[in-house]
Amino acid sequence: MDYTDTIDTCEFVDSCVEPEKDTSLLLQYLIQIQYRYNFVPEDAISQLQHSLDLDVAHIKSVISFYSFLNSSFQGHYRILFSDNITDRMLGNQSLYEQLKTSLKNHKVDIGFTSCTGFCDQGPAMLVNGMAINKLDSKRITQIADLIQNNQPLELWPEGLFVKEENIQRSDIQFNSKAGDGKGIEAALENGSDAILKILNDSGLRGRGGAGFYTAKKWQFCKQAISNQHYVVCNADEGEPGTFKDRVLLSTDAHSVIEGMTICAAVIGATKGLIYLRGEYRFLVDKINEVLQKRRTEGLLGQNILGHQGFNFDIEIHLGAGAYICGEESALIESLEGKRGIPRVRPPFPVVDGYKNKPTVVNNVETFWSVSRIIVNGSHWFTRKGTPQSTGTRLLSISGDCERPGIYEYPFGTTLTEILKDCGGSDAQAVQMAGAAGTTVVPSGFDRAMSNEDLSTGGSFMVLGPQRNLMDLLQNFAQFFKHESCGFCTPCRVGTSIIADVIQRFKNAQGCEHDLKQLRDVCGLMNISCFCGLGCTVPTVFLDALNQHSQMFKDLMKTDSSTPCFNLEESVSEFKQITNPSGRGL
Amino acid sequence: MADKIKIATVSLAGCFGCHMSILDIDEKIIDLVELVEFDRSPLTDIKQVSECDIGIIEGAVANAENVEVLKDFRKQCKTLVAMGACALSGGIPAMRNHFTLEQCLRESYVNGTGLENSCIPDDVELPMLLNKVYPVHQVVKVDYVMPGCPPPADMIWNLLTALLEGRKPEFSAEDIRYD
Amino acid sequence: MSFFNIDGQQIEFKQGQTIMQAAQDAGVYIPHLCFHPDFKAHGSCRVCIVQIKGLYRTACTTPVVESMEVININEEVQQHRLQLLEMLFIEGNHVCPSCEKSGSCTLQSVAEYCGLLSPSLTFRYPDKKVDASHADYLLDFNRCILCELCVRASKEVDKKSVFAITGRGLDARLMVNSTDGKLVNSTFDKLDRAASICPVGVILPKHQGFKTPIGQRKFDIKEINKREQD
Repeated sequence: MDYTDTIDTCEFVDSCVEPEKDTSLLLQYLIQIQYRYNFVPEDAISQLQHSLDLDVAHIKSVISFYSFLNSSFQGHYRILFSDNITDRMLGNQSLYEQLKTSLKNHKVDIGFTSCTGFCDQGPAMLVNGMAINKLDSKRITQIADLIQNNQPLELWPEGLFVKEENIQRSDIQFNSKAGDGKGIEAALENGSDAILKILNDSGLRGRGGAGFYTAKKWQFCKQAISNQHYVVCNADEGEPGTFKDRVLLSTDAHSVIEGMTICAAVIGATKGLIYLRGEYRFLVDKINEVLQKRRTEGLLGQNILGHQGFNFDIEIHLGAGAYICGEESALIESLEGKRGIPRVRPPFPVVDGYKNKPTVVNNVETFWSVSRIIVNGSHWFTRKGTPQSTGTRLLSISGDCERPGIYEYPFGTTLTEILKDCGGSDAQAVQMAGAAGTTVVPSGFDRAMSNEDLSTGGSFMVLGPQRNLMDLLQNFAQFFKHESCGFCTPCRVGTSIIADVIQRFKNAQGCEHDLKQLRDVCGLMNISCFCGLGCTVPTVFLDALNQHSQMFKDLMKTDSSTPCFNLEESVSEFKQITNPSGRGL
Repeated sequence: MADKIKIATVSLAGCFGCHMSILDIDEKIIDLVELVEFDRSPLTDIKQVSECDIGIIEGAVANAENVEVLKDFRKQCKTLVAMGACALSGGIPAMRNHFTLEQCLRESYVNGTGLENSCIPDDVELPMLLNKVYPVHQVVKVDYVMPGCPPPADMIWNLLTALLEGRKPEFSAEDIRYD
Repeated sequence: MSFFNIDGQQIEFKQGQTIMQAAQDAGVYIPHLCFHPDFKAHGSCRVCIVQIKGLYRTACTTPVVESMEVININEEVQQHRLQLLEMLFIEGNHVCPSCEKSGSCTLQSVAEYCGLLSPSLTFRYPDKKVDASHADYLLDFNRCILCELCVRASKEVDKKSVFAITGRGLDARLMVNSTDGKLVNSTFDKLDRAASICPVGVILPKHQGFKTPIGQRKFDIKEINKREQD
């Protein structure tokens, strides 16, 4: 769609804005505008300003926060290569160069973005927000041709957009069926206390990474007195290397929605929200179909399953490229249409969440597991796993292994076993729990995936023997710098310092001062960041400093006590301006 | 009599205000010269620094000559002290860091008012300006710092007496001023 | 009556108070920048970190619990505060010798109080702007520490929302709410609470720079740890 004129824009904005003029939908409107015009025109901003009665600064500050929103027109196509370390391992950089060269005479916006959640089928990209995977030189040529011929995205061959599910290992959860309403029936018949008891007995802990007990969270929310409660499904799967939530939503959204509905019955919510990361926009229609189907089947909407007064419905809210929104309070801010800045806690979302009402925020997989536990009972679940980490969980496995994909494992499974199953036994390291997680080297492969030992939000990236650990560190450092929300001092400044220092080591230009800066900043961030995400940023760098201290020493310049300063580079501008012949240093 | 402690001082991109502050230790300077000997310093007009116990740097690093002198100081001095806002953080000279060097030079030598035959000077005798101005610690390792614009004479005296007595200089919060 | 203690000193508190509030009532100084007693805790600068049972918490956001033992001053806490202050100095352009807020600047005063001699981190010298469009007031964004006190004051007290934060990460910036982003075209007024709340030298009245002589400036008269917050 071309950017035509003001009249068109104003009409379009008016058609987006709902009569309630709910300002919490601002981000959703901005996303619609972005995908219509490939940027957010000034005209649209002023129209939104008037119809929602918002400040222009507020709207602009929201646009500037989300990396998928542009405030200027960069071309009809916006191509963002996924830039996780796994994409890099699969050669995304040369494909990026190839596309850039092919399209050098075309007005098109080509760049990089954080992990798009297709690490098992990378290298991946987003074209105007739509995911294309398994990129290779041939595909890039095809895409370049389509763009040169100005083919609208809707007319691109469907084959380009094919996604695989890659479920490689099933255990009790994948092997059982749920989502057909029986769980809701049970919840309504037995009452919320009985449901909470099953969940409590099951020992289910949140699958997002923090591992808080689900029953406890629901109980706190249920106890919070309010005229409205909310259920929020965190589908902002932003941790590099995870993609299990995408697979669950694409293959079994029914179960996830059933889990949310059971939660609604327990805590007394009438409204639920799925916060779907912008990278998964292609799932919106699919999930909406499931929601519609459930409404017609009486599993959603008014008087669910004939129970008078049990009303519950769900809306999808899209994210727009911000890792921080995976943090539950930042996610709530984003749901409210604002910048995704984490909130001061306490109060916690269970008492003061979305629109300041008690809110349960759980991960996709958590709701999915709830749907199964309620049907099969707590014992079915606790048969598997360890005392502190009951049941099974999903791992998204990618990187240097023969069979990347989704694996369901009982907690307590060792890394050795997992590596054997996925065909990655020669790994030099496993990056557990994503960029914010820990780097496990072979001496730790007998350790187990569990809350007691190696906890994870599901990301499991395998680094083969041929890889350079510094590439991983540099990729993660760039990622954190790009994704820091900028609210608190240590993360805002610290992530940039880390990125700069790591870059100098990567260039074999490190010095003792850099090493000290890195240690100090990591130590500080670890204890002082405002949110959990900030506090976990240093983990991977501290692991490297501790496990590979020699690597850092080897990457120092000869005169390592002197800071990195290059006189030749530092006088380049002067030489250019004055063009002196015979000037020596 | 034991050998006197050798001190060298220099002002890089600075205003000599910190050096004025050294002189501000007043009559104590007489006690000081009993104990120390000045090597390269604006006070002696010696041009090359030789082996010294203490080197004191005023000013930021703004040109290639500053870099050379600073590296020389680092090499020759057992203990290197950076003094004053410019040496510590770039200070006023670093305010040009918001502009490209070309913008700065054009503004001064080409677009400025009252210029005749305006052009950017490029005599080879002039030291090459750096793209950006740096604080001292980003070019060489620094052992001690004294903040202030300039650091008060008492602070300089405290630092020197501590170093002469072989102690680590320490300043109380009351001594610390950035302006 | 309920009590807790800070560095071994017994302190009374009211239910629901944060460590910072109770400490201020008791006249115990905990260094801070983004906290202001008239506003809800913000928790962004992190300078008020204290130790509780070996863990770090910010005094401004942590509610007091009976018999809680808070460490406000020990070497570790001091070190971390110094690192945070260093970060604030190197991410902006803080040229104290040429700043008219010098001597009345909270960042400067807190850093001097905490014993920061000079940052050892790498200075970033970001390119930030000055907005001199308004007749009575000047905005120098070089000195902004993103405490959002002006944002909060303008929104909550002045009911105007003249200020907002744009961008993210290290690109986060204070911005003015007007169509062209200039202060002169906003609803800003010199009598606004937001006009006088800036703890550093971003929002400054024009035509009176360096009026107060050295020795008589805010923190010359009384050090930051001995003042009641205004």
